Amino acid sequence: MRDVAVIGVGCTTFGEKWGSSFRDLFVEAGALALEDAQLSGEKIDAMYVGNMSAGRFIEQEHIGALIADYAGLATHHIPSTRVEAACASGGLAFRQAVIAVASGMEDIVVAAGVEKMTDVESGASTDMLTGAADREWEGFVGATFPGLYAMIATDYMHRYALTREQLAQVAVKNHYNGARNPIAQFQQEITIDTVLKSTMVAEPLRLFDCSPITDGAAAVIVAPLERAREFTDTPIKVLASAQASDTITLHDRRDISTLDASVVAAQRAFAMAKVKHKDIDLVEVHDCFSIAEICAIEDLGFCKKGEAGKLTADGVTALNGDIPVNTSGGLKACGHPVGATGIKQVFEVVQQLRGEAGKRQISGAEIGMTHNVGGTGATVAVHIFRRS
Amino acid sequence: MSVARFWRKIPQRYNMLGTKCETCGRHFFPPRSFCPDCRRSGKIVDYKFIGTGTVVTYTVIHAASEQFERQTPYVLAIIQLDEGSRMTAQVVCRPDEIKIGMKVKRVFRRIAADGESGVIHYGTKFVPVE
Repeated sequence: MRDVAVIGVGCTTFGEKWGSSFRDLFVEAGALALEDAQLSGEKIDAMYVGNMSAGRFIEQEHIGALIADYAGLATHHIPSTRVEAACASGGLAFRQAVIAVASGMEDIVVAAGVEKMTDVESGASTDMLTGAADREWEGFVGATFPGLYAMIATDYMHRYALTREQLAQVAVKNHYNGARNPIAQFQQEITIDTVLKSTMVAEPLRLFDCSPITDGAAAVIVAPLERAREFTDTPIKVLASAQASDTITLHDRRDISTLDASVVAAQRAFAMAKVKHKDIDLVEVHDCFSIAEICAIEDLGFCKKGEAGKLTADGVTALNGDIPVNTSGGLKACGHPVGATGIKQVFEVVQQLRGEAGKRQISGAEIGMTHNVGGTGATVAVHIFRRS
Repeated sequence: MSVARFWRKIPQRYNMLGTKCETCGRHFFPPRSFCPDCRRSGKIVDYKFIGTGTVVTYTVIHAASEQFERQTPYVLAIIQLDEGSRMTAQVVCRPDEIKIGMKVKRVFRRIAADGESGVIHYGTKFVPVE
């Protein structure tokens, strides 16, 4: 296998982008990534695009070809492939790009993610997102995504000493980071009170425990490490790419409060990267709900089960903490265009490792990690990166 | 949900007809036609569940998808069936009554409907056992 590096990254701003179409979004992100790598489009050998549900959000399938076409590459006839794994679509698209380069099959490969979610009303989008769970045996009986994660929170709070305030601190911390991220959907700081007084969505989760509905796209370009310096002075090496799956339903899991796919993907990634937890300078985790970040910190192995709430309240996961989590603002504050999220996580880690993260820069960051979850944990992708 | 898609699961939804593996004795509801433990040496047969169980975890849904908007707030739970498998279902009780460990039994109820003139979806909900 060849070593792989990220040579260019681009991301649109995230938000309710009424004026931008699905096509506008990915063309913008792709152009930013190409400009960043100072690469012309005809050098691209292949593309992988993470997208969860264009079929239902904008009634458009055949996304791979559409994107290649509007990227101006129809006449180059490059292979362009859509990758779908619900909210982990982006992470899996990135992994496919890494595999394509590592194998020697392709050289310059784009991994992108895009979702246009605001062209349907919110009741409809809630139903579409339920397609990431089991439609026949969860969605059918009235489960929603916040509802499923709320059942994780109920189980977790019953078994471990997690307080409602500690859970709220996840959102407070992520909004603080989002306020320092120019692409973030929400750039306002909030307090614990903001969370505790927000509308109830699914007990115990309130509106500010939940990631928003977002439009956005992100793109990154990977190449063989040995060629990376043709394009950039700061290649970011992909140390590990891991993926794991689990039961589609939450009720069939071994343990409701542990995402075993996260545990296994992290173990595989650490083994492949040959680094330890203490080597990780920052991690972007999949905080689709506040409880999801608590579980992620533990499942990735940064602390024992039951300890992440206290860790968060103590500021260990804050920008100036020992292990900064979600410096981008996470899904909560940066926004969650489902198919794009996994790529945006890579975008954030690359910016941090290059030292280009502005007001939220982790000084001297050398090794970073991403964690992207599909559904309630049926698919997980974990990647580890190092400044080269 | 299309008529055919709903109709072909009527035995499971109306009568909790699941499956079990005769090789290892594991029960499946929702039903599986392939035993994850015994794999090809498993022997799957139909099994009608008693319909009693225990609440493992729960939530009260306040923001629902379109079909369920008029039912909010409603209680949703994961139920451990007495045969061992787990399922997700609504529990018909007041939101302040639901708790982990509560004993429940199945009832046949209307779940949702496809608009004004579409299929009415019936299925399983649970009620607390006195």
